Amino acid sequence: MADLALMLFVFALSFGAGYLLISRVPPLLHTPLMSMTNAISAVTILGAILLFAVPMSRGDKVIGAIALAAAAFNLVGGFVITDRMTSLFKTHQEPGSADRGRDRS
Amino acid sequence: MPNWGTLLVDLSIIALLIAGIAQFRTPRGARTGNATAAAALLLAIALVLYRNAVLDPALFVAALAVGGAVGTLVAVRVTMIQIPAMVAFQHGMGGIAASAIAFVELTRPGVPLNAVGEVSGFLGLAIGAATFSGSMLASAKLAAKLKQTPTVLRGHNLLLLALVGAIVALCAVAAGVAGLPLTLALAGAIAASVGLGYAFAVRIGGADMPVLISFLNATAGLAAAFCGIVIQNRLLIACGATVAASGSILTAVMCRAMNRSFVKVLSGGRQAAPVQAPVQAPAEAPPQASGAKTGDEAMREAKAVLRESESVIIIPGYGMALAGAQFEVASLASRLEQLGKRVSFAIHPVAGRMPGHMNVLLAEADVDYDKLREMDEVNPSFASTDAAVIVGASDVVNPAAIQTADTPISGMPILNAHEAKRVLVCNLDARPGYSGVPNPLYDQAATLLLFGDAKATVTELVESLAAGTASREATA
Repeated sequence: MADLALMLFVFALSFGAGYLLISRVPPLLHTPLMSMTNAISAVTILGAILLFAVPMSRGDKVIGAIALAAAAFNLVGGFVITDRMTSLFKTHQEPGSADRGRDRS
Repeated sequence: MPNWGTLLVDLSIIALLIAGIAQFRTPRGARTGNATAAAALLLAIALVLYRNAVLDPALFVAALAVGGAVGTLVAVRVTMIQIPAMVAFQHGMGGIAASAIAFVELTRPGVPLNAVGEVSGFLGLAIGAATFSGSMLASAKLAAKLKQTPTVLRGHNLLLLALVGAIVALCAVAAGVAGLPLTLALAGAIAASVGLGYAFAVRIGGADMPVLISFLNATAGLAAAFCGIVIQNRLLIACGATVAASGSILTAVMCRAMNRSFVKVLSGGRQAAPVQAPVQAPAEAPPQASGAKTGDEAMREAKAVLRESESVIIIPGYGMALAGAQFEVASLASRLEQLGKRVSFAIHPVAGRMPGHMNVLLAEADVDYDKLREMDEVNPSFASTDAAVIVGASDVVNPAAIQTADTPISGMPILNAHEAKRVLVCNLDARPGYSGVPNPLYDQAATLLLFGDAKATVTELVESLAAGTASREATA
């Protein structure tokens, strides 16, 4: 049961750390935040990969492939879309972003 | 049993992930934060692939390639208006992956799971499947493919309870059998969970979507965490827990911004309020009878007001997204600024269909994010503002929420647009917002009602400012 204790510890610690960090995210970034955490929840892809590490029945293979494809969709799509979204935010007071917002005077 | 080497590697990956989230303070930081988190997950994947040999590589690569390619394609093409529907869809994909993994692990012959693993497996299976169907429904509602009004079935609570009971019963059966009966029991539990997710989401209406989508964010994370317990993978547990925390926070923030309890939102809350009222409302509240001007007269005056105002606050709502008017609104803002006026945007936390929705839309339209101001920050400025321009928002600026008791929105914090010297309302019509509560702002003498398509209305305002403004500005 040491394993269970360790797992509970990991869960509680991550939940706590996540809670502290995320409650300080400004509302401005709530959509990208949700989009990114969504991509992080596609960590289930590790589970899907591990399914393929041991022999499976034919039916399980189909289900495993669905899990893998869905998780890959979620993972790649989530991070790409968050990147696109965060790249849209710009300010003209930040010197480095001048190149992006030049079309407005 | 714990191998300290792998524990250290896992902890480093988790630390990297947390470093990514910690950078979500500024938009710039968010971009690197997102890249950091992506790197952490890629590292985790590489590590798992390094530690385990993949059997049936052809199927493995094919599934990975299809998922990844479609994900990229969709993510590159989706517009910011479609983001809420897209994110909800992604939650669903996370849910189905978790449910499928739990199913395979639970039915795998030979290696029996311990009690904790088995219960976690059931939870991952059920939560994942319910997240899937709930998200698909939410996504369809957000994409306006389904009607926005909540559907409350007869005996809805009883139905939910019965479905939960069925899931528990089927899992209990599954725990005692093996082989085909096990597969059947789990399939039944998945079906009941899908039904549960559907029944759960179907009675949540359009304007309550920010709560639902945040909640599904949390459950997708939770399903991943339970999967992690089944396969005893720390990374899955840690990531799932972090996501669950994030979703929980957003859910709470959204509920607070509506001054409603989570349970009320989930139970289709405003049942007492007239859900159908928006359709009948215009007849009973003809705006002409009030102090506010409408039609051409209002438009003429609105143009003059904007020309003469020194400070303008723009209040976008879901209507702006529906009309696709964010680009026009952005050019209105930049035109006003060119004329030397102070312009900012007031963003209500629940404006739109997901947390932060308005910010992303306006960012896409090239609005400087320094000008996007939060409710608490902007509210004190309304009283000293010459003009508040409302674009497709109603409930979030409805003074009834703070002035009248016993309405469905009473107690909800609002943007104090009514305190501005003049109020320009660029909404489609005089119908109340989603809550069905008539907006007294429409009766105020200081209000100009510019009803019609927001895109056309705002364009007309921009054009009037472009033509012949210079001479008038000189005298003003």
